[in-house]
Amino acid sequence: MTSGLWKLVLEGIWVTVQLLFFSALLAGAMSFLAGIARTSRRWTVRFLAGFYTEVFRGTSALIMIFWVYFVLPLAFGWQLVPLWAGTLALGLTYGAYGSEIVRGALNAVDPAQREGGIALSFTPWQRMRLILLPQAVPEMIPPFSNLLVELLKGTALVSVMGMGDLTFSANLVRLALQQSAEVYTYVLLIYFVIAFLLTRLMRGLERRLKAGIGKEPARGKAAREPEQAETTGVGAGAGAAAGGGAS
Amino acid sequence: MTWDWNAVGDFMPHFWDGLLVTLQALALGSVISFTLGLVWALSMRAPARWVRWPVGAATEFVRNTPLLVQLFFLFYVLPEWNITFSALTTGVIAIGLHYSTYTMQVYRAGIEGVPAGQWEAATALGLPVRRTWTAVILPQAVRRVVPALGNYVIAMLKDTPMLMTITVLEMLGEARLYSQQHFQFTEPLTVIGVAFILISYPASLLLRALERRLVR
Repeated sequence: MTSGLWKLVLEGIWVTVQLLFFSALLAGAMSFLAGIARTSRRWTVRFLAGFYTEVFRGTSALIMIFWVYFVLPLAFGWQLVPLWAGTLALGLTYGAYGSEIVRGALNAVDPAQREGGIALSFTPWQRMRLILLPQAVPEMIPPFSNLLVELLKGTALVSVMGMGDLTFSANLVRLALQQSAEVYTYVLLIYFVIAFLLTRLMRGLERRLKAGIGKEPARGKAAREPEQAETTGVGAGAGAAAGGGAS
Repeated sequence: MTWDWNAVGDFMPHFWDGLLVTLQALALGSVISFTLGLVWALSMRAPARWVRWPVGAATEFVRNTPLLVQLFFLFYVLPEWNITFSALTTGVIAIGLHYSTYTMQVYRAGIEGVPAGQWEAATALGLPVRRTWTAVILPQAVRRVVPALGNYVIAMLKDTPMLMTITVLEMLGEARLYSQQHFQFTEPLTVIGVAFILISYPASLLLRALERRLVR
């Protein structure tokens, strides 16, 4: 491969990474928004969040991308820049999957924790922010890590619409070189390396968050351990079981 | 925003053709992924490390790379090696292979979920290894994992539109063809989007019901 073709691949990687970053942000925001809304007391809020989840989970990411590219401009007159169109379609689709993760993890928090918050007359928002989320978020990280890899794989879909991501540049390089096996092997390896780095990153994040709420206590905390086991014994078991189900 | 019901009516015959291809790809892809997944899961329990390591590495690689690129790989590289399949067959193989790396994990969880007492009882009865697997372990493991496998069938359904990129005329392929011929994008794309929801949402409700019955 000549240096010009490598440059094309590097630009492709950059577009893929940008798209991954922005759609992960949107997907994360949508998952928390919809996931928390599904635990709301008002049925209209629950219904709307559930509707969003089922619609975007029910349809295919590629169809959403087509829809955003072709129908939005015609129907509403919104012509989006390719990067934002891809971000919108991917973020909304994967946010719907993510909202199930958030909902599952929130439901898996020991009910006694919520009741404790009520007894201390916390407002619902305080309960969410100070009691439920700090305990639920670490449990969400492993399934979110899987979802992030799925999102990375999903970014390849925008190449169908002619956006110059890694897969698109791979197709160009293949046309230039006529060596499909070599080109696609390289590209698959690049995707694999990105996925591997993402998984590592998320694993580090999980360790930090768990340490922050005293789960998997670090060495030297042995003195506090019996007390911990006593207070969280029941909830920890239920949380682990539900966490396993959510992933 | 304009909505043209005539366009919907004109598109419907193409839609049914596309649906048929989508369902074919889905059925064949499921069969391949269920079979291969079981093969991977069983070979990951092989005593020899030279079996487990390559299978583990290969499936990890396939699982963490985009199906779309794998599709291109099979579609453009296999002919270079003088192996030619139809586009649909290539697509089915790619989907089946990709999802077998997921079903493999499902089977693994199912096999690990069989209580140790079952293994011990099989040993105590002096059952040969093959019979332990076919008559004791797998029937219990597979029963447990049916709903999880079903979830992957739904996921596979949602990935079948990718076959459009390798010229298969499934639902999205038909919609795109129609749009390009008639310059009407809104109706065909919306019809197939709704069709996907109408198929996958009841299917997921069904699976939830099945899960309550099978997994206790």
